[in-house]
Amino acid sequence: MFGLEAKDFRLLLLVALLTMAAPFILNPFPVDSGMAQFNAGYPDLMQRFVIFGIFAIGFNILFGLTGYLSFGHAAFLGVGSYAAMWMMKLLTMNVIPGILVSVVVAGIFSLAVGWISLRRSGIYFSILTLAFAQMSYSLAYSVLTPITGGETGLQPKVTDPRILDAALTGNAPKANLFGLEMGSSTDLVMGGWVFTFNVGYYVAAVVMIFAFYMSIRIFRSPFGMMLRAVKSNQQRLNYTGLNAKPYTLAAFVISGMYAGLAGGLMVAMDTQVGAERMFWTASGEVVLMSILGGVGTLIGPVLGAGAIKYMENILSKINKDILYEWFAFLPDGLQDFVITLVYPFIGKGWHLTLGLIFMAVVIFLPGGLVEGGQRIAAMFKRKKPSDNTPDGKTTPAE
Amino acid sequence: MGILDVKGVGKRFGGLQALGDVNLSVAENSVHAIIGPNGAGKSTLLNCLVGKLIPDTGSVMFDGQSVLGRKPYEINQMGISRVFQTPEIFGDLTVMENMLIPCFAKRDGAFTPNAYAAMRKDTEMLDRAGHMLEEMNMADKRHMHAASLSRGDKRRLEIGMCLSQEPRLLLLDEPTAGMARADTNNTIDLLKQIKDDRDITIAIIEHDMHVVFSLAERITVLAQGTPLVEDTPDKIKGHPKVREAYLGESQDAA
Ligand SMILES: Nc1ncnc2c1ncn2[C@@H]1O[C@H](COP(=O)(O)OP(=O)(O)OP(=O)(O)O)[C@@H](O)[C@H]1O
Ligand SMILES: [Mg+2]
Repeated sequence: MFGLEAKDFRLLLLVALLTMAAPFILNPFPVDSGMAQFNAGYPDLMQRFVIFGIFAIGFNILFGLTGYLSFGHAAFLGVGSYAAMWMMKLLTMNVIPGILVSVVVAGIFSLAVGWISLRRSGIYFSILTLAFAQMSYSLAYSVLTPITGGETGLQPKVTDPRILDAALTGNAPKANLFGLEMGSSTDLVMGGWVFTFNVGYYVAAVVMIFAFYMSIRIFRSPFGMMLRAVKSNQQRLNYTGLNAKPYTLAAFVISGMYAGLAGGLMVAMDTQVGAERMFWTASGEVVLMSILGGVGTLIGPVLGAGAIKYMENILSKINKDILYEWFAFLPDGLQDFVITLVYPFIGKGWHLTLGLIFMAVVIFLPGGLVEGGQRIAAMFKRKKPSDNTPDGKTTPAE
Repeated sequence: MGILDVKGVGKRFGGLQALGDVNLSVAENSVHAIIGPNGAGKSTLLNCLVGKLIPDTGSVMFDGQSVLGRKPYEINQMGISRVFQTPEIFGDLTVMENMLIPCFAKRDGAFTPNAYAAMRKDTEMLDRAGHMLEEMNMADKRHMHAASLSRGDKRRLEIGMCLSQEPRLLLLDEPTAGMARADTNNTIDLLKQIKDDRDITIAIIEHDMHVVFSLAERITVLAQGTPLVEDTPDKIKGHPKVREAYLGESQDAA
């Protein structure tokens, strides 16, 4: 189906179903229950899941396949954001032009950065990309203020030209898809549960499914095989009549375009952009996402992005009062002691938890969360030997 | 005029003259061996042929075209394939993928951005790679990781990868170095069969005299960066200068 092997098509279908049903899946707890704070099914966070999923999928095409570790991909995300914002200011609040242009502009910018950075490999390549990203960040903050809004960043204003839209009547401009506002949501109340369906989320989710599909195509193409060959043995590749440079550059540009797409979608969701989006910590975050989920696997980066964004938004919200509630059943002295132990890992301390989980994954599960999943699946398979999954390789075409 | 003509090639590393004034002509469809003591400059010469090194002086012509100044991948696309001293394969990829890569390089050239094409539907390439694996007796190992192959199989795979490109000139740098006798004999048989089955020129660097004398039609002896003699194996065997300089036997001991 869609030119995919049966196995890959099943994966795509699964991802599509899960993203479509995300408002249900991510809100498993009733609103009034003590567990409600673990619900992740609110629009803002769901949008972030899929947008950072796209960012990580693209990053994985470069890092996972070719092994070139870029530390500057947030720059492409930022450039995509600015490009989309300008489309909203100049053309229309419809998100389509902004999203398309963000991909193109990030592609051109990554072509320039990749052209220069790929003259070196290994750590020198990483440093070059980092330098480029930090330069972009500083420029956006200072010299380029007329384009980037400097410290304040950019937002659509009522007074912007927006030549394709009818004049606004005093209301703040809202991002939309042919009139359907990104911010609009419908709540579905079922007993104690509330599920929120947000237009912006579904737009971003459809884009992510498409981005995921394209990444499967790339992984299963001769081009994808050449990228893995670059990682495996460049010497052999050169002496086999293949020019590694354009392959790595193409991978770099593709991943830059994915980053730009993510940046464009961010603007489509929250109609604002600032230079901090290009800061080096943002570049580092996508590296963590890929490694946490599973470098070079199809679904890993999406899992990694989800895990990190979940921790960032959920773990960080737990405060001391909530801990006191949880551990109320303990005798006073013990309660204080346990809370003192747990407290550093929650709230602002969520980075500490992330760090520990990251170390544990790198040491015990070098293949990331995907490897964890495979090991669990293998355990179940051993228990049920009759349940053998068919090898996708033998499935006939379509 | 051979298919490969090396004229007046010199290469200096700092104070060391690794190659002096090398003249060499490899006849089309022959097996030409280059022998010489350690440090004679054999690998250096080979590196000058495939674009890894650029000689300081002289010219290297392949099929009437200069290879000097071209990148390794360009020289390969001209029809020269190289087997390394330690097998160079794509260890992280499967045996089948290892074989597919040179097939694609042959058909599609040095770069093709076919990121949307489904590999499993390219039956032409899959068939070609599959046949080559069969010829190498490795079809049963197609799904294995190349890194997990035995050393002998890695060598076989590497030779197969080079052959799948249908090169006109195959260069081998000590293909049996570090091999057990049985593996060495297998490699000799494989190379003999390759020679019988197709029009190909083979240039081989080798330490193992058994290998050299079973395969070569002509032998060049290199010592201290200069060719000492070039002749047929029979003549080389008895040549006093060779015995002295290379085989390390003094005349009275012989
Ligand atoms: N890249 C280099 N830089 C400096 N010196 C080099 C370099 N490559 C080779 N040499 C030197 O050039 C000389 C010839 O080396 P080469 O590897 O060509 O010898 P060889 O005939 O292949 O020897 P062996 O039989 O040991 O493989 C040696 O003295 C070696 O140390
Ligand atoms: Mg050598």
